[in-house]
Amino acid sequence: MPALPRDIAVVAFAQSDHVADSHEVSEAEMVMPVLHDVLDRTGLKARDIGFTCSGSSDYLAGRAFSFTMALDAVGAWPPISESHVETDGAWALYEAWVALLTGEADTALVYAYGKSSPGDLRAVLTRQLDPYYLAPLWPDSVALAALQAQALLDAGLTCEDELAAVATRSRAAAADNPHAPLRGPRPQGDHVVAPLRRGDCAPVGDGAAAVILAAGDRARALCGRPAWIRGIDHRVEAHSLGVRDLTASPSTRLAADRAGAFDRPVDLAELHAPFTSQEIVLRRALRLGDGVTVNPSGGALAANPVMATGLIRIGEAAARIQRGESGRALAHATSGPCLQQNLVAVLEGES
Amino acid sequence: MPEVTPEPTAPPAEPEEALTAPLVVEFPFTRSLGPVRGAFLTGLRERTVLGIKATDGRTVVPPTEYDPDTGAELRDLVEVAPTGTVTTWAWNPSPRRGQPLATPFAWVLVRLDGADTALLHALDVSGPDAVRTGMRVRIRWAAERTGAVTDIACFTPDDGPTPEPAEPAAHSGEFDDPVIGITAPARLDYTYAPGRAQSRYLRALGERRTLGERCPSCRKIYVPPRGACPTCGIATAEQAEVGPRGTVTTFCIVNIKARNLDIEVPYVYAHIALDGAGLPLHARIGGIPYDQVRMGLRVEPVWRDGSRYPDHYRPTGEPDADYDSYKELI
Ligand SMILES: [Zn+2]
Repeated sequence: MPALPRDIAVVAFAQSDHVADSHEVSEAEMVMPVLHDVLDRTGLKARDIGFTCSGSSDYLAGRAFSFTMALDAVGAWPPISESHVETDGAWALYEAWVALLTGEADTALVYAYGKSSPGDLRAVLTRQLDPYYLAPLWPDSVALAALQAQALLDAGLTCEDELAAVATRSRAAAADNPHAPLRGPRPQGDHVVAPLRRGDCAPVGDGAAAVILAAGDRARALCGRPAWIRGIDHRVEAHSLGVRDLTASPSTRLAADRAGAFDRPVDLAELHAPFTSQEIVLRRALRLGDGVTVNPSGGALAANPVMATGLIRIGEAAARIQRGESGRALAHATSGPCLQQNLVAVLEGES
Repeated sequence: MPEVTPEPTAPPAEPEEALTAPLVVEFPFTRSLGPVRGAFLTGLRERTVLGIKATDGRTVVPPTEYDPDTGAELRDLVEVAPTGTVTTWAWNPSPRRGQPLATPFAWVLVRLDGADTALLHALDVSGPDAVRTGMRVRIRWAAERTGAVTDIACFTPDDGPTPEPAEPAAHSGEFDDPVIGITAPARLDYTYAPGRAQSRYLRALGERRTLGERCPSCRKIYVPPRGACPTCGIATAEQAEVGPRGTVTTFCIVNIKARNLDIEVPYVYAHIALDGAGLPLHARIGGIPYDQVRMGLRVEPVWRDGSRYPDHYRPTGEPDADYDSYKELI
């Protein structure tokens, strides 16, 4: 990655408890406590923030421009400098990072939320697929991930026991994550779409997360040990599933390379893998050795508020740097079928 | 986002429970196809499978107008076989709405003979033991074909010989009566939940009361309340009744009839600041000719029997409100 014009860091992270069904609260009611939490951690008020960017999807809510309702929770009147991405909040963080690099703002509030409970996520996600060749067949998200898992099994790159071990390790790690709905190991269960079993799939839940970014000395003033973003990049695979080698993730490899992930080893990685099999793909793409702690939060397999899960990976990695538990961490976020789009960020603490 | 059909809010089960209601989002996506996808889908109607030559010489099936790696424009169509080889598969024990088969089936990626990439579809077999990567399969054509990917009903096992690799023959992509567009219907079912503040509002509205919520900081009363003050970004929790009367702050004249809405045009849709409210809500104005509605007009709600919300607002007969009394709310 070329030298950056400014140093930008994650200075605060907050998230809600992630639940299977949040029907008692609106999006604004769900998001607001998380925004207050993340602002409180820095002492900033909403009015102090230079740029605000959010990630969510109308298709989860079943309502057009649903993000404008959630904006009520920010206090967006009189008008603030604000933007939105219709995908995971990790991409909102990318936009905010670019905005801070330009010098237009010194601080940014990034938040993401998802309420999957109103709809049927497996059906909803079919609507993001190619509308000519795929969407008319309604291939659901688990089915597509299962095709990828079978390709890995056929290639001898994993086995069912290894997939089960990923599930067990993730949920055991989540025992220490008070926000996760799945804490502690559980049985792998029946096939949802074979070869993927219930335990191989992330839970589908509702929740929100928020991050504050700050530049240079502003970051040092707001946080004892900022998590500096040394590099961040996102890349996409070829459009058609049948064109791709589903056992590999060249876009993750390229994004990691551009983000500087291979310049020096990381000690921790938060990977956005909604299926156990996708962790196998990501570990290979990112060349993560056994010495790297993967998903100490439990990852997406323990808590999966869709559209916030990727942003939470960056937040969790940053929080561990802030607490001095990691010196150099990698965070990954994904979007689309079978790891279609991938974002990689490299975060460091100052020694 | 396309058309949304809300259904009535369910009556409350428990007084303090947040409300929920079924919400169906249905939309027919109408898309034009262009020369490559149009030729492919027209070909399926004619039981002919077309691919396209990529820059590196690969044959891409189903074809795209652009190179999968470089994005360069592609135009050389070729014809591939209706038989092929499974490159990966997944057993689907519980078919879902809209999927190709109603009985348990295997999802498959199939590399058709002559192609270098794979096409996603369903494979009709009795169980997972009857599927493996590398097995030979053949297209089962749908009886009625319209020029859509569903013209392939599914794949079935094929026991014919595996052909020798051969370069697929060029194809003009020209057919009689080409398909130039598709309409892809979609339906998603939701259970809409408006949250605590709006549930309180809707319950009160069912009792013909308009219940706003006051911001503890700026003291404005929001109606309908959404649980947050959009100026201060903090929770509103204190309920306050507003109206029932209010003032038209601004309005428009609707001249085009909306589908599924039985109201004669032209009619007036207005922003109405209910007495005591900190921002206006919007509603239809009736009981007055459309061309006599004006800013400052004083109005009141008109309820219909059994309705849980006002049908429209009508003039009260009071003198018009002074502009200064509502100018902050425009
Ligand atoms: Zn306020």
